[in-house]
Parts: sequence; C-alpha cells; structure tokens
Amino acid sequence: MINLSKEKNVMPVLDPQLRIQTFDEVALGYTLEQAQDEAKRCLDCKHKPCVNGCPVGIDIPRFIQKVIEGDIEEAYQIISESSLLPSVCGRVCPQETQCEALCVRVNKGESVAIGNLERFVADYHYEHQKIESTKIIPNQIKIAVIGSGPAGLSAANDLSKMGYSVDIFEALHTPGGVLTYGIPAFRLPKDIVQREVDMLKSQGVQIHTNVIIGQTIYIDELFENGYKAVFLGTGAGLPKFLGIPGEMLNGVYSANEFLTRINLMKAYEKISETPIQLAKRVAVIGGGNVALDAARAAKRLGAETVYIIYRRSMKELPARLEEVHHAIEEGIIFKMQMNAKEIIGNEFGFVGKIRCVDMILGEPDESGRARPIEDINSNHIIEVDSVIMAIGTTPNPLIIQSNPDLNATRQGCIITLGDSGETSKEMVYAGGDVVTGSATVILAMGAGKKAAMAIDQKIRSL
Amino acid sequence: MFLITDKQNLTPTVSLLKIKAPDVTRHAKPGQFVMLRVEENGERIPLTIAEANQTDGTISVIFQVVGATTKKLSLLKKDDYLLDFAGPMGKPAKLDGLKKVCVIGGGVGCAIAYPIAKALFDKNTIVHTIIGFRTKDLVFLENEFKQISEKSFLVTDDGSYQNQGRVTDILKDLLEKKETYDEVYAIGPLPMMKYVSELTKKYQIKTIVSMNPVMVDGTGMCGGCRVSVGNEMKFACVDGPEFDGHLVNFDEAIMRNKMYESFESKKYQEVCNTLKEESK
Repeated sequence: MINLSKEKNVMPVLDPQLRIQTFDEVALGYTLEQAQDEAKRCLDCKHKPCVNGCPVGIDIPRFIQKVIEGDIEEAYQIISESSLLPSVCGRVCPQETQCEALCVRVNKGESVAIGNLERFVADYHYEHQKIESTKIIPNQIKIAVIGSGPAGLSAANDLSKMGYSVDIFEALHTPGGVLTYGIPAFRLPKDIVQREVDMLKSQGVQIHTNVIIGQTIYIDELFENGYKAVFLGTGAGLPKFLGIPGEMLNGVYSANEFLTRINLMKAYEKISETPIQLAKRVAVIGGGNVALDAARAAKRLGAETVYIIYRRSMKELPARLEEVHHAIEEGIIFKMQMNAKEIIGNEFGFVGKIRCVDMILGEPDESGRARPIEDINSNHIIEVDSVIMAIGTTPNPLIIQSNPDLNATRQGCIITLGDSGETSKEMVYAGGDVVTGSATVILAMGAGKKAAMAIDQKIRSL
Repeated sequence: MFLITDKQNLTPTVSLLKIKAPDVTRHAKPGQFVMLRVEENGERIPLTIAEANQTDGTISVIFQVVGATTKKLSLLKKDDYLLDFAGPMGKPAKLDGLKKVCVIGGGVGCAIAYPIAKALFDKNTIVHTIIGFRTKDLVFLENEFKQISEKSFLVTDDGSYQNQGRVTDILKDLLEKKETYDEVYAIGPLPMMKYVSELTKKYQIKTIVSMNPVMVDGTGMCGGCRVSVGNEMKFACVDGPEFDGHLVNFDEAIMRNKMYESFESKKYQEVCNTLKEESK
C-alpha cells in the first residue's frame, strides 16, 4: 500500500543550538521504520523518470521496493551496480535538482526522499555487513589513477573490478580529495570516507599518498614504469580571489585554506598543531556549498556573527536547499544582492571591515540567471575580523605545465573527447572537476566510471 | 613513513636531517622545497631542500627550532621516522647563463643559500658569498661556503666572530668599490631580504629572493602562501618560492607572517612544558 503523505518523512537532526558547538553530523538518518514508511511513498513508476535525473543512473524504484520488502542488503547491491559512494552521495548530492526534481510526486507535494533512502541503505549495509572483498580475476595490466577524490576513487573501483592492477597517486597525506579536505564532518563524517577508501584497498587498489604529479613523478614516467593508461582526476583545487583591495590582509582566507585547516588538519581540535584564526565576526563571499560549509564551520569555531554575502537573491543560491535551511537554523545571516568591493584593515594588519555595494538583478545572462548589476550609489560598511573567499576554483596548472601535450581550455580545464574522458595525450584520460571546473561529487563519480569503461575498451582493442 | 638516516646538530638550534625519500630526490633541484609532517595531529611545514643525494636516495633538510613543530623535529634521531614527506615542490632556481653572482645568506637561510651557491659554482659561475649570523654560536656551513667562493665574507651582529655588522654592510662596501654582479641572491629573514633588495635596486642589479610565507598544502590549492609581486598576487608554493626582490612587497609579507604569532608561541610553550615534565 502506498503512503499518500504529501510530505517527506522528516530526517531527524541535531538541535541547532547544540550542533553549532560541535562538528558532529547534523542529519541523523532514518530508522528502518522511517525509511520503509518513506519508501512506500514511491509509486514504482514504469517509466522511472527519477533515474534520468541521476547522473550515474541508479535504478531508484527497484532499490526502493527492496527497502519496502526489508531486504536492505539487496537494495544496497542494486545501488552498487551504479554507484560507488552511496553513503557519500546520499548525503551531499543536490537531489532537489537531480533525481528528486523528476519524481512524479513533486506534482502534488514533495518528492520521495531518494537521497535520504540511499543514505539509509548504505549506512545500514555498513552497520550490518562486514566488508567483503569481491572476487576479482587479475589481468596484470597496470593503470595509474591520479587524484583520490570522487572521480579517481570511482575510476579505480571500476577498473579494479575489471581486473586491472590500479595504483592511485595522491598529493596530500590523506586520500579522499574534496570529501576529506573540503566537505566538513558535520555534513560528511570522515569515517564514512575512510570506509569507502578501505573498501577499495580490500579490493587490491594501492594508494600512494604524498605523490604530486608533475613534481614527484611525471605522467611520461608512469608509462615508462609499465602503466598502460593514466586517469587524471585531479579536480579543480586552485582558489579564485576577487582581486579587490585588502585581500592580502591577515584574516582573509580562501575557502580552500579555511576548510583544509579545519577538515584535513583538524584545526578545531585542541590537540592539532595547525592554527586557525578564531574570528568573532566573519564574512563569507559566495553562495555555493563551499560558502555554506565555510560559514557553518566558522560558526562552530565560535564566531558570533557569520554573514553570507552573495550577489544574487536567495532564489539563485547555488548551494543545496537542505544546507541553506540548516545554515539559517544555525543563525547564519544571509546578506543577499551584495558584492564586496574592498577589505579594510585595522592597525595590526588584520581585517577590520568590509565595504560592499548593493546589486540590482537585471535580465537573465548566459547561465539563465538574473545578471547582477552594481548599484554604485550604495555603500555598506560591515565590521568583520575575517573574510573567506568562496567564489570558485579552477584546475591546478601543475598538470598542464608538466604536460604541454595535454590540451586545455583558457581556464585550465582539460579538454576531453566527449564522454569517454579521452584527452589529447595518448592513453591519458581525465574526468571530474579537472574537465568540467568545480561541479558535484556525483558528476565526478560518473565521469570516473565512464572513463574506466573507455580505458577498458581501448586496452582490449590494442 | 620516511626513515631518518642521519642527524647532525650544526649549532645549538640548527639541525640537519637526512631523510630516505628516493621518489623526492629523483627530480629535486636547488631552490625547491618539501612539505613534511612529523606525526599524527602534526601540522604540515615547508623546508627547503639542502641536498638531494641521488646515490642513496636521501634528501637533507636544515632547520632551526622556532616553534612547536621544529622543536619536535629536532628531537628526532637517526632511525626515527617522519609520518609524511612530499616534494619536490616549487619552481627550481634559474641558475643558467650567469657569470658572476653574489649569494647572501642570513641565519638558517644559509642552508638554502648554500645549495644555490654550490650549484652556481658547479656551473663555473664566479661566486661571492656573504653570510650573516646573530652571534658566534650560531655559525654553520662556514667552510662549505668558503670552498666554493672566490670571495667569502662572514658577519655577526654582535661582532663575536669575524666582521661585526650586517650582510648589507659588506654588500654596500663591495658595490661602492665598483664590484659588479649579474645577479644577487638573498636568502634569509624577510627584513634582511628587504634591505638587500633596496640596496641592489639603487645599483640596478637583479636580485632574487626566496620567500618563506605560511604554507599549508604546498601544491597551490589554498593560497595561504600568497605574496604580492609587482602588484600581482602570486602563490609562493607554485609560482615561487623565488621572486624578483625588487618587485616583492616585503612589508606586507612581514605582516602576513605574524598571522598566527600568538597561537605559535602558545604551542611552543606547551611542547617545552611537556618536555620538562617528561624529563623530571
């Protein structure tokens, strides 16, 4: 029988007043009963529109039916056919613009909570199932994967299941890419990332940390060392700054630096030797997930006032809806249609104020969103001790610099041939943010998957 | 984990560590650096490569105890391990096509200046060296510099050894006596590099400095190490660490290096207190 409720089963969350004092996960997940009750809202459509909204094409109605039947392990196996990181994607995907946007129940009420169900299934699986290594028939062909973010992990997973001997090379000291240094624990607990990495290792994938491609080792050397193909999943890690006066002041961070200090280096823990500024008033420039992560992390470090400064309106915020709600509950102040023009220092060389102007929303631009135009007659001075720039990132130029034969766009994104991930360099494939510029975890995973298939086909054809 | 194959105390506060890291040695060149982490919960710190030995696959780093992490590093012995060690990072020094160069080192900066001077010497460049220390006890690499220099000078701030004064006093003297150089290399504390650059600007001698800002990842993903060079924002870890000294905004860099001063002195005190407790 179908659950006719127009609304999703609400996911239990930590109380906002309590959670802003910790980095513990905010959303607590469904119980089995809540999940089954929610699963019954699925109409099990024959034409499955939701599947088209999922970048990796998970058979959503089929896994949801298994949840109703109480066969959670089977549900997990169905998801695993298409996705490597369900406990991650269930948490961080912007479902409202993907699978859930196409759910027929949106016509009269809320969509089925597909993301919450995916997360439930993955968490349940890990709680009840011991990690078992899948039977793999090795083919002795070596493939190198550069970068251990979602794209690299996904490519490595698929290639190793096909029998390839996969080595991942990671520049930082901990694998996971943005899952480790970018997304804070209150949204994605780090043990979840760890167990996905452990699963890969149990499959025989080797992860080499502290290896920087283009510095420690070069792509051409990998081929000399017997690798038959290389997958580049190096992401878009180079932060942008606005280019306004005062960006060199103490207390101005890129979101990447701020979040790396917190997430990777654990600067919020007393035992950590990595310092971080404990500001009382913080302005975060930008409106994406990274901006919200930085703002909410600043709050948890003890900031009393945290502003999000964004050029457009609430309606255009690119961040996930759920995170915007969480941020509002946590007391983050949204200053919309505003742009930072200047950061003003105090006598100690630290940030003292930020000067902003109002933005008027004009006609839609190429992106289809209203073009923000500066109101030069307006002027706002906001007193802050810290400014965090979360206005986007571009791919790191190291890879292109060390491989002039890799074609790239002016922004430094690697150019690939269609969906396959094939680059201009022979047997080198690329996918994820290094190709698209900063996008989502699931798109990066999808790209890793497609490249793995293309690499396999190419090697078989040789 | 990375094995420490040798440890030498060069002065009471400056030590040399030799670390087994064949992957790092393979492409390491003078002017480049490594990022290391001593232990879990430790921070990542940058240290310049003093020597890359291809034969035994080791990297030597020379560092001074200035805070918690370098204190812990100084306590490690031969056969101990470092948790993380990554590199080589940054751009190599550009040392080709130079006929005569003056290399200036200040304090622990001499450890970085020496491999540059040595590499120049090996390319048959005429090398003059000026090295400066606060006091006699802190002098190191004196003979090494002497052996590769056509002219070499050593100064101490307090005059307790050799010439009394600053490295700029010697440089000024040389330049006034019509000594000419294709380039001056200055590596040491920011104020020293600033004064050298101000002096050489008057004589229009190209001057290279090695910047030492706060770093986190060392691969260009955070911009914590940004410096203003000719009014452009540069990341020292990928665009540097060497820059044209006449274009660097030193006052800003000096201010930025003070960002975590109070946190750092507190952590240093904590480490020292723990050590005292343990030795009781």
